[in-house]
Amino acid sequence: MTDAMISVENVTKTFTLHNQGGTVIPVMEGASLAVAPGECVALVGASGAGKSTLMRMIYGNYLAASGRILVDGTDVATAEPREILALRRAVLGYVSQFLRVVPRVPTLEVVAEPLLSVGLPREVAQERARTLLTRLNIPERLWGLSPTTFSGGEQQRVNIARGFARQYPALLLDEPTASLDAVNREEVLQLIEEAKARGAAIVGIFHDQPARDRVCDREVDVTGFTPARVA
Amino acid sequence: MKDMIEDRAGATDRPLLTVEGLAKYYGGRIGCEEVSFDLYPGEVMGIVGESGSGKTTLLNCLAGHLAADTGRVLFDRAGQMVDTVTMSEPERRMLGRTDWAFVHQHAHEGLRMNVSAGGNVGERLMGLGARHYGDIRAKAEDWLGRVEIAADRMDDRPTAFSGGMRQRLQIARNLVTGPRLVFMDEPTGGLDVSVQARLLDLLRGLVREMGLSAIIVTHDLAVVRLLADRLMVMKSGHVVETGLTDQVLDDPQHAYTQLLVSSVLQV
Repeated sequence: MTDAMISVENVTKTFTLHNQGGTVIPVMEGASLAVAPGECVALVGASGAGKSTLMRMIYGNYLAASGRILVDGTDVATAEPREILALRRAVLGYVSQFLRVVPRVPTLEVVAEPLLSVGLPREVAQERARTLLTRLNIPERLWGLSPTTFSGGEQQRVNIARGFARQYPALLLDEPTASLDAVNREEVLQLIEEAKARGAAIVGIFHDQPARDRVCDREVDVTGFTPARVA
Repeated sequence: MKDMIEDRAGATDRPLLTVEGLAKYYGGRIGCEEVSFDLYPGEVMGIVGESGSGKTTLLNCLAGHLAADTGRVLFDRAGQMVDTVTMSEPERRMLGRTDWAFVHQHAHEGLRMNVSAGGNVGERLMGLGARHYGDIRAKAEDWLGRVEIAADRMDDRPTAFSGGMRQRLQIARNLVTGPRLVFMDEPTGGLDVSVQARLLDLLRGLVREMGLSAIIVTHDLAVVRLLADRLMVMKSGHVVETGLTDQVLDDPQHAYTQLLVSSVLQV
């Protein structure tokens, strides 16, 4: 599997709670998976099995204790902060469940930001942002307002628009269809299908079974990575 | 689309600032010790830690306001790494007026309180040889606009400004000469939260547009989450943890960082 865009090899993760008696919690052992360009892999397993933990490790948000996590050739497990940031700008997108923004920034800017950060002209970035916000049915009168005051569903759609603004070669999706109505769910699934069609490697968490069946090529059950003495 | 994108990281293979084994002692007490790091062009690094952890001492040593006892602070000048600890005072002052800027926590320390807002901004330009009144005034007005101070306040003194406005004026005064590295000591400290958000948004925009590198000392973790690319956590004068900002905050490894992160009150 040398042609994989995302490759997780024998990754271990433990949490050490220094302020709670130094409790060490092993949460993952021998985690391995590979995702080729154009492929979508679903992480499955019960709540608490480690789906989000694994996804966060791929993004560099959680530190892996051992093993390798290669995204487009960069080992996220050992890379310098600036290498991870460069990877996030150019290669690796992430649609989390939560939107985190400076309170004053208008929605259009929030969505255009990933494009501006790689030096695209403002007009091009905003045009792309407008297209996505229209597709995701965010009314135009809200574009000049900060998304911090939006409803949960609207915030999630802004987050998705932002995540799909760049055409990332690798994409992580954490419950992208949760709490969306049928129309918007369909738009998001189409965005995912379009991303696959242009060759993006995708790792997703979907509790929405029909959505998973439609866009994912295979499933990886993270329960298999649970350390034996915890299981 | 990828062709249109110039990867910013590609051009930044050499550090702008290299710090090696920096230490400062106050008699027998440690101010900061064994501090080493590289800062790359365009990178924003946050230094966090509680009061007395040595973060402000470190910042002042880096900026040359305090003399370090050991170690080197190398800065890239036209491709040459020069040691700013051992350089002459006039050279260091020149650096402070050109490539470096320092934003103080208390705006009055970084402003001339009895000189007009426009004069405060213009003075730094004049320090670099600008003499044409019209040009200086036009540039000052442009910068006051960028930090959202209305043009009709240009001739008012900062004593007539609110805390948030003073801080924005101080930022304009510092950035007008196009520095490459900005040191900031608690830039949002003491401001109310709505003013903080505005200032943060402003700083983020300026840092991105100007490609600035910055070192920001703060005890406010929300500030670094929004502004800093990477973090350095200090305790008792020592660096106890470093890493990507969101990784350090979401998956802290050191006991002290875990305590710091878990102590933040949720609203």
